[in-house]
Amino acid sequence: MFPNSLIQKFTFIPAFVTTQNLQPHGLRSLRCIETSDFFCIYNLQCRLAGHIMSEMGFAFMSAEMKRSYYEDIQPLKGWPARVWFVVLVAVLVAVPFVIKSYYVYVLSLMAVNVIVALGMNLLVGNTGHISLGHAGFVAIGAYTTVLLISGAGVVFPVALVAGGLIAAAFGFILGIPALRLEGPYLAIATLGFGIAVTIIIGRVELFGGHMGLIVPKPEIAGIDFSGDRALYYLVMGIAMLMGFAMRNILKSRLGRAFHSVRDSDIAAATLGVNVARYKTLSFAISAFYAGVAGGLWAFVLGFINPGLFSFVLSILFLATVVVGGLGTILGSVLGAVVITFLNLQAESIQHVPVIGEVLIWISQNFMTVSGLPNVSWIFTGLILILIVIFEPLGLYGIWIRIKIYWRTWPF
Amino acid sequence: MPENDFFRVEGLTKRFGGLTALDKLTFSVEKGMLFSIIGPNGAGKSTLFNCINSLYRPDEGKVWFRGKEITGLNPHRIAAAGIGRTFQNIELFANMTTMENLMLGRHLHMKTGLFGAAMMFHRRSRAAREEMVHRERVERIIDLLELQASRDKFVSQLPYGTRKVVELGRALAAEPELLLLDEPAAGLNNEEKEDLIFWIQDIRREFGITILMIEHNMQLVQDVSDRILAINFGKMITEGEPDEVVNHPEVMKAYLGG
Ligand SMILES: Nc1ncnc2c1ncn2[C@@H]1O[C@H](COP(=O)(O)OP(=O)(O)O)[C@@H](O)[C@H]1O
Ligand SMILES: [Mg+2]
Repeated sequence: MFPNSLIQKFTFIPAFVTTQNLQPHGLRSLRCIETSDFFCIYNLQCRLAGHIMSEMGFAFMSAEMKRSYYEDIQPLKGWPARVWFVVLVAVLVAVPFVIKSYYVYVLSLMAVNVIVALGMNLLVGNTGHISLGHAGFVAIGAYTTVLLISGAGVVFPVALVAGGLIAAAFGFILGIPALRLEGPYLAIATLGFGIAVTIIIGRVELFGGHMGLIVPKPEIAGIDFSGDRALYYLVMGIAMLMGFAMRNILKSRLGRAFHSVRDSDIAAATLGVNVARYKTLSFAISAFYAGVAGGLWAFVLGFINPGLFSFVLSILFLATVVVGGLGTILGSVLGAVVITFLNLQAESIQHVPVIGEVLIWISQNFMTVSGLPNVSWIFTGLILILIVIFEPLGLYGIWIRIKIYWRTWPF
Repeated sequence: MPENDFFRVEGLTKRFGGLTALDKLTFSVEKGMLFSIIGPNGAGKSTLFNCINSLYRPDEGKVWFRGKEITGLNPHRIAAAGIGRTFQNIELFANMTTMENLMLGRHLHMKTGLFGAAMMFHRRSRAAREEMVHRERVERIIDLLELQASRDKFVSQLPYGTRKVVELGRALAAEPELLLLDEPAAGLNNEEKEDLIFWIQDIRREFGITILMIEHNMQLVQDVSDRILAINFGKMITEGEPDEVVNHPEVMKAYLGG
């Protein structure tokens, strides 16, 4: 079953490659996995954002004004941001009471993927590395957490953090070859890591082999978090916390050091940035996020097996940050929400009149290797391609445009 | 004794395949000096800086700074020892604002670690307080170099001349004791050049930094330098007071392309 579904999902990869190639800067065939290409996009992103902003006069507004130095690094700056944040939290708290239990589960999945995307974006968007093996870190986090609880009787919060830390240790180790490898070579190395993790896990008796493991109940201080709603609050809370922590890191000395490594490691080094240290640290933090997300994912799903952590999952994580917007927190969030949604719901496109039939026809005649229809992947790929073609800044760019439109409305 | 010099290069040699870019170069610089290095294109001037910084590994020779040998240390350690630099072809962080670029200059002086950074939730958190202190420092450099209008712009949006100034500002923000400037005036128009000369003199006065400067512009070099080293094909031609060096027959020959 695992290889079958893998083949089926492979159709998604050409779609993703095409996405990259259709970039204004990316007409370079299969080099989509080269980091520099991402940075062509990234460069464009920044310039575009800067351009839009300065055209609208935003950059100048603040330029000459003396201001409190705290303003630049303050979370939730200004009262509108705070009001919106309170509204958001209120909605997130209230929402499980109004929607069906399945959608509570979907929201939990989204929150889990947001956590992975935050870490992924630190690595890809902010430090300028690439990883095609993040599913491996998620797997390590998930298995560590589950085994520590059911095998060693460790309490849930400790097991969750331990899962993250073990993943981070692997991230650190994987970061060492990354000091020498770049672009496609690093992509292949991380790819190999991700695949190796799944294969090894599948062969070890302790890890439940291919059958996987049943996940125990998550319990914190005697309170059972296994209900849909309770788990949702837990996952959402952790995602929120990790989102803010990442924001803080990016605004701090560390965030700037990561950026400096991405933009010019020579200049970074001559300013005293320990380039090797920050590269490996970026891998480790990124893996920590993936590991914690893995632990939470296990509880959201209720079971884990090696097939979940396939190479396609790693590709999806990468797609998430590219489509969402490289190097921005909001991009990670938007990307994770949209990709999770598409991943779960894209199948329903089959039932739309005409479009569904056309897609099924395309799928059966051109796109499927195994004979099984793969409409949802074609559709997902198509959406991602469209987003990146029309908005190289990704979903984040669309957001910026909307925001500027409203600020300047009705002019 | 090299230990007694502020900065000393001894027998520095760098080869690229068959090409000897630096050939047993020896000189020393006293504290507080503005020491210029001149020489035609391809003479090995930038290579010298890259060897001092450890961006290149010299084949032979030693570099001494404040009584310690720094040859072959990691570049970030050399920065930590107090040597800063700018690049001939501008190495700014293109996707960051001017402010952020200058803040990287403060990297060495800041201490915030991973956990502290992640916990920067409040104005009074340690990381936020440190951040504000260093922003204040950077703000002073922005004022000094008149970069206010570029403060929040991405450096990729700035004109060439301004980028050169931003790079100078970033090096200054690190408060090095020895500053290496690789052709700071190249590509600037006359007005920008005048500003630059003014700033370089200002910097020396205010910060008391020792400067090692590569420069093509003879007029500028003659006006501001305390001593000049002339090199060609990686070898020293002469070293001395500005007037002597500029009027040295071999220097004139090298510059007239003879
Ligand atoms: N990384 C390198 N690889 C090969 N040759 C180099 C390298 N860097 C510099 N060179 C050569 O060394 C010589 C000196 O270059 P450089 O130091 O840049 O001269 P300049 O005095 O103009 O700054 C030149 O002939 C140049 O081609
Ligand atoms: Mg040069």
